[in-house]
Amino acid sequence: MAFVYLDNNATTPLHPRAREAMLPWLGERHGNPSSIHRFGQAARNAVEEAREQVALLLGARAAEVVFTASGTEANNAVLAHVTGGAGRPGHLLLSAVEHPSIREMALRLARLGWEVTRVSPGADGVVPADAMRAALRTDTRLVALMLANNELGTLQPVPEVAQACRARGIPLLCDAVQAVGKIPVDVDELGADYVTVGAHKFHGPLGAAALWVRAGVEISPYLVGGGQERRRRAGTENVAALAGFGAAAAAAMDELAHRTAYLAALRDRFEAALPQRAPGALVHCAGAPRLPNTSHIALPGVEGESLLIRLDVEGIAVSTGSACSSGTVEPSKTLLAMGLSRDEALSSLRVSFGMMNRAEEVDHALDVLAREVAELRRVAPVAEAAAR
Amino acid sequence: MSAWTPTEPDLSGLTAVAMSGGLDSSVAAWLLARQGVPVIGLSMLLWDHSGVEAHGRCCGALDLGDARRVAGQVGIAHYTLRMDEEFRAKVVDPFVEDYLAGRTPSPCVRCNTWVKFDLLLERARRLGASRVATGHYARILPGADGPELHTALDTAKDQSYYLFELTREQLAASLFPLGAMEKPQVREIARTAGLVVAEKGESMEICFVSGGVREFVEAQVAGHPERYAAAGRVALAAPARLTDAAGNRLGEGEPFYRYTVGQRRGLGLAAKSPLFVLAIEPGENRVVVGEAQDLLAPGLHGERLHWIGPPPAGPVEATVKIRSRHPGVAARIHALGAGRARIDFAEPQRGVTPGQAAVFYQGTRVLGGCWIQDRT
Repeated sequence: MAFVYLDNNATTPLHPRAREAMLPWLGERHGNPSSIHRFGQAARNAVEEAREQVALLLGARAAEVVFTASGTEANNAVLAHVTGGAGRPGHLLLSAVEHPSIREMALRLARLGWEVTRVSPGADGVVPADAMRAALRTDTRLVALMLANNELGTLQPVPEVAQACRARGIPLLCDAVQAVGKIPVDVDELGADYVTVGAHKFHGPLGAAALWVRAGVEISPYLVGGGQERRRRAGTENVAALAGFGAAAAAAMDELAHRTAYLAALRDRFEAALPQRAPGALVHCAGAPRLPNTSHIALPGVEGESLLIRLDVEGIAVSTGSACSSGTVEPSKTLLAMGLSRDEALSSLRVSFGMMNRAEEVDHALDVLAREVAELRRVAPVAEAAAR
Repeated sequence: MSAWTPTEPDLSGLTAVAMSGGLDSSVAAWLLARQGVPVIGLSMLLWDHSGVEAHGRCCGALDLGDARRVAGQVGIAHYTLRMDEEFRAKVVDPFVEDYLAGRTPSPCVRCNTWVKFDLLLERARRLGASRVATGHYARILPGADGPELHTALDTAKDQSYYLFELTREQLAASLFPLGAMEKPQVREIARTAGLVVAEKGESMEICFVSGGVREFVEAQVAGHPERYAAAGRVALAAPARLTDAAGNRLGEGEPFYRYTVGQRRGLGLAAKSPLFVLAIEPGENRVVVGEAQDLLAPGLHGERLHWIGPPPAGPVEATVKIRSRHPGVAARIHALGAGRARIDFAEPQRGVTPGQAAVFYQGTRVLGGCWIQDRT
């Protein structure tokens, strides 16, 4: 068992059905979906089929799905639309655990005079719906609340907050990137106006994502140019990636009940054995509603960064939280927002399971984890790690 | 004989290569990986250049990108460790404080000892590595009392001066794969291997300073007044009094920290014979100047004396280098206790500069060294 990949919240391996759907578009077939000829028509057909498959997975209509190149682009597009035509700056309401594609965009808007309120999660990693509702203002132009947190896996009270938003006529953006394909997601049940989805988080390809826009809700193009995506997103469609996205959505649709149970079984196997294998280990947010695949663990007195590298040297891939472009590890903003200290945040590890993982891999990972935690505690005792 | 007598370096266990993204450490990584020993690459994020996009700075983000790319080419795992807080505390702050105290610091020595060996070796061990390999041009040879530090075979590239503060324990856990190689050979290896850094130039002297050193010092003090509490008493822009050794006022100059002992240019004083900076006295805001022969010092006082091997019982005869490019002078070293030393030169030397390191050699072997306090 050379390599075990337990970082599926970062990205997932491609589903065989997605790969199969992509291959013709990386080989014998090609075409620009906007072309009039039959090459174009075939490509158009592939894109529209994918749109239907993604819509089906979300309980939506195909016309409501706008394809983008990433979840980040989809999130950026909503904030740009809501704030772009607004004239004078207003108020934005976010949870403090949003993805950087929302957090950083809000920071940019704050520099332009927008007021931004960030509502912190409780110690259970869930942002209280009451606190979100209480922070709504008459000049609030957008509310953003993700469905499942990428680091903790905790599920946020989107339907409750959506109800309050709808009553006040305030649009709600729900980043559902980590949830879709792992648990049932239905846009009507969520009640949001904008929902973002990314293919590669559920065994689809990189470079394909979607923004669902409720019928009747406006979205202005973030990228301008050609009239693609019914004038809502310019740029020639990435046909191969979108075909893979559609197939991944269809596969998720077929396997969803099995997936939820299978992932939860892997996670429970891991979490049940963990305290014996790594004494002192805790599972963050274990009592909160959460994704079936994500285990965010605390290992007091252990430096998460050192443990991550040791595990990687031994072939076990995990994460200390959200990845960062420079490749270094920062204390998770989400954990800090939950009220953890810097040291506590730095001694955490995220283990996220996927459909390609097997029970034996979980057992092997536990063996290696137990060994490396013991070794790390031996060479870098608690006091030293805490002093750093 | 000590227990430490291997003939070949022991490469069992995991080796961490410190990768700066420069040519030398890249080739060191390539050589080790090709020997088939288990290797990981480690880079240190030491300083945020915030947008300064210059290569050739061992602590910059662009070079870390090169390090990552080379690790990919070599086929080893690579990790970046954020160590900017430690770098600031151990290297940058003392650098600024040295200037404010009228010394001319040697930050690369501090960085090599405290960051590349003390800190990185400790971090590497936490990651399960047994030793650290670097691209330094120096050699570690077995000796009667344990590992010894020696000059590189390529004397033009020799970097042993920067490593004088290493301990035997650290040398036992270090590898310098380039110590017996010549620079053109190293570049040729990189070209043959197709490493992306094969045509890269030498790294700059002081990696965290992108403009002038004095401007950097002023910007640091202005930007972080709390950090340099002692500097609160220093009027940063106040011109220093230029005097001769007897205290006679010769004129006004730049602020004192803009001068270096031995400096000749830019004094702005008219005199029959060329004038040089002899001493810098921050407390008096005074810079003492004099003629060339006044610069000649018969010896120096040193502090933080360090011996790599067991400390000698009496005075030691050695060749002493008082800066990295100094050819060396025969000298007698007297340990005075409490880390202090007096060094008597066989020939008077120019440019005994407080803040620089004095490093002791016997043949190719580095015995140790000390930090220059003042001339005798």
